[in-house]
Amino acid sequence: MLGIARQKMLEQSSKKIRPAVSMLRNYSSAAKEMTVRTALNSALDEEMSADSKVFLMGEEVGEYQGAYKITKGLLDKYGPERVLDTPITEAGFTGIAVGAAYYGLKPVVEFMTFNFSMQAIDHIINSAAKSNYMSAGQISVPIVFRGPNGAAAGVGAQHSQCYAAWYATCPGLKVLTPYNSEDARGLLKAAIRDPDPVVFLENELLYGESFPISDEVLDSSFCLPIGKAKIERKGKHVTIAAYSKMVGYSLKAAEILEKDGIDAEVINLRSIRPLDRSTINDSVRKTNRLVTVEEAFPQHGVGAEICACVVEESFAYLDAPVERIAGADVPMPYAANLERMAVPQVEDIVRAAKRACYRSVP
Amino acid sequence: MAFCSRNSRNIIIINLLKSKVGSSRLMKLSRVCCYGTCLNSTNHCRFLPSTTTLPQLGNPDPNSHKKGHSPCSQRFQSTKSGQQFASLPNGEHSQVLDFPGGNVVFSPEMQFLSESPNVYNPCYRVLDDNGQLISNSVFVQVSEEIAVKMYSNMATLQILDTIFYEAQRQGRISFYVTTIGEEAINIASAAALTSDDVVFPQYREPGVLLWRGFTLQEFANQCFGNKADNGKGRQMPAHYGSNKHNYFTISSTIATQIPHAVGAAYSLKMDKKDACAVTYFGDGGTSEGDFHAALNFAAVTESPVIFICRNNGWAISTPTSDQFRSDGIAVRGQAYGVRSIRVDGNDALAMYSAVHTAREMAVNEHRPILIEAVTYRVGHHSTSDDSTKYRSADEIEWWRMARDPVTRFRKWIETNGWWGSEAESQLRSSIRNQLLQAIQIAERAEKPPVKDLFRDVYNNIPSHLREQEKLVRETINKHPKDYPADVPVDVAVKDDGVSVYDVDVIVHDDDLIIHVR
Repeated sequence: MLGIARQKMLEQSSKKIRPAVSMLRNYSSAAKEMTVRTALNSALDEEMSADSKVFLMGEEVGEYQGAYKITKGLLDKYGPERVLDTPITEAGFTGIAVGAAYYGLKPVVEFMTFNFSMQAIDHIINSAAKSNYMSAGQISVPIVFRGPNGAAAGVGAQHSQCYAAWYATCPGLKVLTPYNSEDARGLLKAAIRDPDPVVFLENELLYGESFPISDEVLDSSFCLPIGKAKIERKGKHVTIAAYSKMVGYSLKAAEILEKDGIDAEVINLRSIRPLDRSTINDSVRKTNRLVTVEEAFPQHGVGAEICACVVEESFAYLDAPVERIAGADVPMPYAANLERMAVPQVEDIVRAAKRACYRSVP
Repeated sequence: MAFCSRNSRNIIIINLLKSKVGSSRLMKLSRVCCYGTCLNSTNHCRFLPSTTTLPQLGNPDPNSHKKGHSPCSQRFQSTKSGQQFASLPNGEHSQVLDFPGGNVVFSPEMQFLSESPNVYNPCYRVLDDNGQLISNSVFVQVSEEIAVKMYSNMATLQILDTIFYEAQRQGRISFYVTTIGEEAINIASAAALTSDDVVFPQYREPGVLLWRGFTLQEFANQCFGNKADNGKGRQMPAHYGSNKHNYFTISSTIATQIPHAVGAAYSLKMDKKDACAVTYFGDGGTSEGDFHAALNFAAVTESPVIFICRNNGWAISTPTSDQFRSDGIAVRGQAYGVRSIRVDGNDALAMYSAVHTAREMAVNEHRPILIEAVTYRVGHHSTSDDSTKYRSADEIEWWRMARDPVTRFRKWIETNGWWGSEAESQLRSSIRNQLLQAIQIAERAEKPPVKDLFRDVYNNIPSHLREQEKLVRETINKHPKDYPADVPVDVAVKDDGVSVYDVDVIVHDDDLIIHVR
């Protein structure tokens, strides 16, 4: 996949690099920084520029510049034929986007949050995910569904659910969960170029966060492979596997644990389906202890899947039961104090790692 | 035939005139109004021309609403305040205000739009029940060659359905859906389209595929799910699909194909192709949210799509009186701003004419068209249904015999001297023999190989599925007696893990990439 992307991009290399780079042209050799929002915007911009079949669809993506400003400037640049403001019908516009993908366009559909994608889930699963199989390869669906997923701040039960596990159950879909700006750029580009339907789960609270970014990432041909996790922090005592915002929390937890002499290895999953089982298992075989972290509801979640695959493949290597950190098993409450208690915090991850290392009583 | 496109003017005319002339003349007047509106082909504009400008919006081109279909500029226009005057066809002047939600003409009378019409939406037909041309009918002429081909296909479809239905009853295939009673809709609509038009069917339109050249053997192969099935045995019988014939694979979920068709039509428009998208669905399917969203969207995006509703009176056991309370389906199209027509679905000539005209409008004017084809579902919903449980056998029999669309069309071509009883018996026996043979061949053929279980989940087979496939083959080799003899296991995986099937040839734009997994 990477090879194909590179080959194509080389032809486009003469094209101007998009605003992302010009905005960040520094005159010192200090590390550049980029917010996740800018990373996503630049990725969309570059992919739309490179391939005229890519187009955007969603509520408020055009005139309003995007409900979270991810699609800022794209309507002005590409016009209303390629950036479509849709009526309020998730089921409707998802169905239409899938139809456009059937016929050969490459839609990028934005859900204002993935909570609203439930109104369109039949089209995502039955029309997009299963079509290539059901049609015996005659219908391919190169579509991307993207938008914020999981808890934000004070938005209550119907705006806070995480759908990673829901979509990751379905064969035919790919599910990606970027954490930082590099992930956002690389994985979104990969998703748009991928001929399979991809569910791209962003996080509203990460949009405004800034991360250091290298020149390689800024290049318009940059692309990350789908299905590979990244070891954000190498360690040897316990593996902490997380995705999206929880990666940041896990890194903070690792710093705290370091003071107590526990050297944690933090894995940024990046891809929930396909799950990078080999990276997870290699890490567990090294550290012998595992903590999974997710903001989602605990039952049938990503942590459950990781635990099962580690037990299946590396049981003999486990020195302690797998610790699973997840959101509370309640619909998300609104009040700030309650909300704080309903999602994992850094201290929860620290305590779990200590339990896994037998440094505290469960 | 009169296509009705509603704009706010027509509502006003009807309401004003109702109070003046009484409702008996209403139908004729509204038809004239509608038809008049349609003849005015520059009437894309929903918003009346404005004379004032809001300072902060600047002053976009006042003609932009006529030439561009940009939602951008239309939106700016609609927020312009100021009073507008409409000139109504009958010369009256009334005050019109353009709210962002639509232009309105005020009235001191409190008039509710009636929930049911005074006169039902007329149904276009050209041939009477005996297949004779109705005088003064408007229709698109069909050549002898096409007419005979249409008839042969209709008869073939009838025989195909009868034989496959029997095969299911005999336990030779697991399931089947018939199209009995709706042959005219299937074949006549297909005949009026070109092979470039993309079809999004429900599941009661195999006739469209038949017209386009899908062979009897191919139909049989899919129903038997054998090795030659181009669907690789993945789906239930009667869920055909063929890229070659621009016929998208049937999906069992109701009405999901309707927005798909709009999306494809949008793509066709962007590619500037001389083609449209066509989608079929039943009366029941129009209750789904997808129908609503698709029609609305098609109107807003001005996509070249033809919606063909087979209003056959029944959604499994639900009669239309329990399905909706509107006057059929065509009037709903009107509500969305979609030009619509109601047609006698059992009149092949009327269907042909309507679809032919609709296609021209859709492609040349970039607009959606809704065709409500009224018909009757003579067969059961599927082989899992016994419709005598909810409707009388007499009713079914009457529609099967007295209102058979195939017979009706045959009478017309016989009247023209294009067909006779000898040709008839020859056709019927030939098709029957071909079908019986096709079934025998399909039944005896091998089933799809093991590898087809694991392919096409994704564009490239992922490693875990390849491993599972390897494990399945090993298990089969270890326990051959537990495994059916007619399912080929085929190529064994070589030692290095790479088999013949592990090589993809991907053509990505102009790059030919040979990708060994």
